[in-house]
Amino acid sequence: MSYKVQTSTRTSKIAAIFGAFFLIFLIFLPIFAGRSMIQDLFTILTMLVLAQFWNLLAGYGGLVSIGQQAFVGIGAYTLFAVVILGGVDPVPAIFFAGIGALIIAIPTAFLAFRLNGAYFAIGTWVIADVVRLLVAQWKSLGGGTGTSLPREATKDIWMVNSIEVLLDVKSSAARDILAYWLALILAVTTVGGIYWLLRTRRGLALAAVRDNFEAAKSVGVDVMRMKWTVFLVSAFGTGVTGGLIYMQKARISPDAAFNVTDWTAYVIFIVVIGGIGTIEGPIIGVLIFYALQSMLADFGSWYLMTLGVMAIVIMLLAPRGLWGLLSERTGLQIFPVQRRLVSLKSLKR
Amino acid sequence: MIWVDTIAQGILLGGLYALFAAGLSLVFGIMRLVNLAHGDLIVMGAYLILVLVTFLGLPPFLAVLIAMPIMFALGWSLQKFILNRTLGNDVLPPLLVTFGLSIILQNVLLESFSADSQRLPTDVLTTASIDVGPISLGVMPLLAFASAIFVIVGLNQLFYKTSLGRAFRATSDDPVTASLMGIKPANIFATATGIAMIVVIIASLYLGLRSNFDPNIGPARLIYAFEAVIIGGLGSLWGTLLGGVIIGVAQTVGAAINPEWQILTGHLAFLSVLLFRPRGLFPRAND
Repeated sequence: MSYKVQTSTRTSKIAAIFGAFFLIFLIFLPIFAGRSMIQDLFTILTMLVLAQFWNLLAGYGGLVSIGQQAFVGIGAYTLFAVVILGGVDPVPAIFFAGIGALIIAIPTAFLAFRLNGAYFAIGTWVIADVVRLLVAQWKSLGGGTGTSLPREATKDIWMVNSIEVLLDVKSSAARDILAYWLALILAVTTVGGIYWLLRTRRGLALAAVRDNFEAAKSVGVDVMRMKWTVFLVSAFGTGVTGGLIYMQKARISPDAAFNVTDWTAYVIFIVVIGGIGTIEGPIIGVLIFYALQSMLADFGSWYLMTLGVMAIVIMLLAPRGLWGLLSERTGLQIFPVQRRLVSLKSLKR
Repeated sequence: MIWVDTIAQGILLGGLYALFAAGLSLVFGIMRLVNLAHGDLIVMGAYLILVLVTFLGLPPFLAVLIAMPIMFALGWSLQKFILNRTLGNDVLPPLLVTFGLSIILQNVLLESFSADSQRLPTDVLTTASIDVGPISLGVMPLLAFASAIFVIVGLNQLFYKTSLGRAFRATSDDPVTASLMGIKPANIFATATGIAMIVVIIASLYLGLRSNFDPNIGPARLIYAFEAVIIGGLGSLWGTLLGGVIIGVAQTVGAAINPEWQILTGHLAFLSVLLFRPRGLFPRAND
């Protein structure tokens, strides 16, 4: 009797078809959706990407970082530097944002990997603070008060004129639509890329490290290399996202771009509430984050408190998050990574 | 001569940082738990003293004595009912729960006291200074430094001279065996966090007397405390004092060169220790 290894399930196939339709819907959405909806979706998509990368770090790599704002901030500042000082168009500059974050990530990892567990977490936080303080000394980018993208740079970004003509919108709305499409590409690439990574041999090694550090080492997984890979990949992705977020905002300051609440606390809450260590978790988490934000928008800090309380309760009672609860009860998996042996005979039948 | 003065001020500032760090170090030493809400608890303590001072009309040094049992009870329940549930092999739950707690505390303080900065009332004694040779030292920073030494001596006495300290050390080494000897690790942990909160309220007192505070400054205090603990080496309280002094001196020297560099030079001192002596200056034998 012959077997084959299979990861997909019937649900995952159905979900993939629905997902494809939903993606096409999202691509064409700017034709009929209003500007505020596009902006909201931009926020949701970029937070989703940040959450996926933090989840890759903490949920799979076991590296709980509280310093992701370093990469958002340095990515954003690299974009501004390349655009303002280098005269590059903002769209290709987003790539440089990732490179900037990668360059900072190497010494960060070198120092922070000397610390374990909780101390790693605070160590990344300290390094993020150092990067913020250094950037605040960068006078040609506005120092501590920050700066804006010049009008010449934002006026004729790649594609914006075509979008203006094509969809018959003002240039400011066209910029938002461009940012939205870029965020959509980024989100799909991120989710797809992480899903692909988890299904490769490397993903298997990663899951082994997550589940049992010592056992993974004993079967020959190079744990240190896995940590470096995950840390650098997350830094690059987070930097790209930071660049994109601040391309859309077009105004930057060190305190905003390196904000621990906006770029790390929210992200942690999204992942923990949705379900850490799964791809579905951050998706659920970001939807809850957005729903709560709309409901509690007028209550200021109550919103953060609610998220904090939810995250604590979930961590204590259901450490695998809402998605974990759901998939335990129903066995539902949209992005299955579990390898199952399937008899070829049963497939033919 | 200005440099001697700067360094002296830095050393005294280090006493305050050691006070911030002692509670963190105590809790980590016994249950390997890093409380990310530590800085916010210090700030909360400062508000508690402020409330007692405002409503009961007490001087801050008396208010802190009333606040101590309140803080002990708070720490005890926090550990017993929330944090004990997070302890285990996984590093994630304690980190995420205390991080959530930190965000909640900041926002509760923000809602209750607004973002305005506050200060504990000072009197003639606390604003006085003493001339030592060519330099003049404030009474308040001197008191803070003396309190740091007092707290460290006290904690060391507690650890090595009392039966409670023996229980702490036993539980820290091996909670399972300790529980065979009739110790309840859950209660020992709760008591340890309660004691850490008493140290926290002492730190709060000097934080509030020395400078302005507002609900958002907690995380920075956590970071200074953390840096002091790592520089000193995990588990060594005297090392923590030295770590605090190093951060304090680095900060005041940095600020003397350029006021914008104060925090940065402190961080850089920490990072260079991490680079050259990753286990700190006085590491414990095992860990």
